[in-house]
Amino acid sequence: MDYFLTEQQKTIRGLARRIAEERILPVRAELDEKEEFPWGIVKELANADMFRVFIPEAYDGLGGGCLELCLVVEELSRICSGVAVTYAASALGCMTLMEYGTEEQKRKFLPDIASGKKLGAFAITEPTAGSDASNIKTTAEKVEGGYLLNGTKQFITNGGEAAIYTVIALTDKTRGARGASAIIVEKDTPGFTFGKKEKKMGIRTSATRELVFRNCLVPEANLLGKTGLGFIQAMRLFDRSRPGIGAQAVGLAQGALEAATDYAQERVQFDQPLITMPVVQHMLADMAIQVEAARALVYAAARYVDSGARNVTEESAMAKVFASDAAMKVTVDAVQICGGSGYMRDYPVEKMMRDAKILQIYEGTNQILRNAIAVNLRKRKARTA
Amino acid sequence: MNIVVCLKQVPGTTAVKIDPQTNTLIRQGIENIINPFDTYALEEGVRLKEKHGGKVTVITMGPSQGEAALREAISLGADEAVLLSDRAFAGADTWATAYTLSRAVARLGKYDILICGRQTIDGDTGQVGPELAEMLGVPFIAYVSRIEEISDGRIRVRRMVEEGHEVIEASLPAVITVAKEINVPRLPSLRGITRSRSAAIPTWGIKELGVDQNMVGLAGSSTQVIKIFFPQRVCQAEILTGDLAAQVDKLIDKLKGASLI
Repeated sequence: MDYFLTEQQKTIRGLARRIAEERILPVRAELDEKEEFPWGIVKELANADMFRVFIPEAYDGLGGGCLELCLVVEELSRICSGVAVTYAASALGCMTLMEYGTEEQKRKFLPDIASGKKLGAFAITEPTAGSDASNIKTTAEKVEGGYLLNGTKQFITNGGEAAIYTVIALTDKTRGARGASAIIVEKDTPGFTFGKKEKKMGIRTSATRELVFRNCLVPEANLLGKTGLGFIQAMRLFDRSRPGIGAQAVGLAQGALEAATDYAQERVQFDQPLITMPVVQHMLADMAIQVEAARALVYAAARYVDSGARNVTEESAMAKVFASDAAMKVTVDAVQICGGSGYMRDYPVEKMMRDAKILQIYEGTNQILRNAIAVNLRKRKARTA
Repeated sequence: MNIVVCLKQVPGTTAVKIDPQTNTLIRQGIENIINPFDTYALEEGVRLKEKHGGKVTVITMGPSQGEAALREAISLGADEAVLLSDRAFAGADTWATAYTLSRAVARLGKYDILICGRQTIDGDTGQVGPELAEMLGVPFIAYVSRIEEISDGRIRVRRMVEEGHEVIEASLPAVITVAKEINVPRLPSLRGITRSRSAAIPTWGIKELGVDQNMVGLAGSSTQVIKIFFPQRVCQAEILTGDLAAQVDKLIDKLKGASLI
């Protein structure tokens, strides 16, 4: 399918693919096995200007949007979804800053993220606040000289490795979600430490860790936008970042489809390659349909986000849900086609199937997102009734 | 510091044909790449710039397609590039090539270090680097596997020899050729690719270099390829007869006759 990408978009995609194939592929299995953070790959991505893709030109970026980010994430995820999420999480960590930050805040933090010198991370999830994201307990009390943070964030991607964190905390705990604010916290701020590093089913090279705040004093200048808007800012952020998770799913599913096709071509049973058998052909065809449909929806949603549309909740949720469900199904089928070999760690589809599951869970479970889509359907119905 | 890197564009395949008339490579219709050994030279040049400041200028001599190699070099971190291209340069051997390159280096002005790959994968002679140094009248070090230090107008390097390495110091400017052990070349960057697309790359011919056309190209070459051929492999077998002692005597005679013992 031709998605009529610009020359620049094709260049970005081509270089991301080269990095993935030449630098990530040789270390993919080892990164997964050792659950090692991919600093070497992050450096390669930085040197190739990949972290500049999603940052405005005024802050040393290349001025790309959601679609450009998706192209990079997709190509990285085709080879390793764990590396892809590490990259995407840095974008997630600075998107609120890009949208609500002052000129001074952007000048201070964005160039280092663009150069890849520093990674970003976003922190909202807490032990009591997963799908129920408004039920956060971390507080940011206004005191002399800034905000005093107390509380624990859980399951934070790039936790411990990132240098710049966008943290959602309650500046007014009497108001619940309406008392939440987004605050930038830099690593090495006194009172800010890291807790448990999670051992995960998949995307094992990525870091997932607790952030612990104990009387952590953050300068007032680090507040993003106005107090009380934190929850809305976070929801708006996810509306714009979800196509990225969709792209991660598309890349992962593409990688699994390619691996399964290669295997079906080579594997001979009953004196014929698997790929000549109708039952296998139909499985592969269904996988290919799922991948292409997911890609079309993800690119369309990404372009919709880039168009500056005011409300993209429904479209970006659809792209994320459809693509991640497709990735789960395609990777399960890829293992099935590869049979006993596919179940072994020597073959990449085993890892891909493990990596796929999280896509249906993070940045809004697919159930929560279906709720959001349904709410919009009802609203529309109510308006026309 | 001013760093100059010499590149050659070579066929990206081993399946090349030889022109029976001129005994040179037929380059039409073949995808060209930067000579792999030269990519290490470029990477080392870019690393030196990143460490010491200054700029990297890449030069190549060849037909107009050579511009693609230079643009790729810019995407990989080179700052400026010059294409040496002129009909008069065609058919140059290593001597005429080195002469042409040396005149280009002289035209570039002051330089601190000139880096080449250890050899090309098409010609395989490894002669252009040392010839360049000779013509420029500067020190030369081959097979460099690590640059240990550059300071006070001197360079100290580690160079590979048969069974180990030597550490050598030379004054600058100097010419070095590098081995692939020296680094892992980087991939291009997005900004580099963008820059490479719009970079102005001048072409210098005999006029710009101010050289006599009898000194360059085929006319300036002191060697000429007369013939290129695959050596014929002739296998003969001979079964020696007689008793063992007689067979041994015959064998010894034959080996002596062939000057093998």
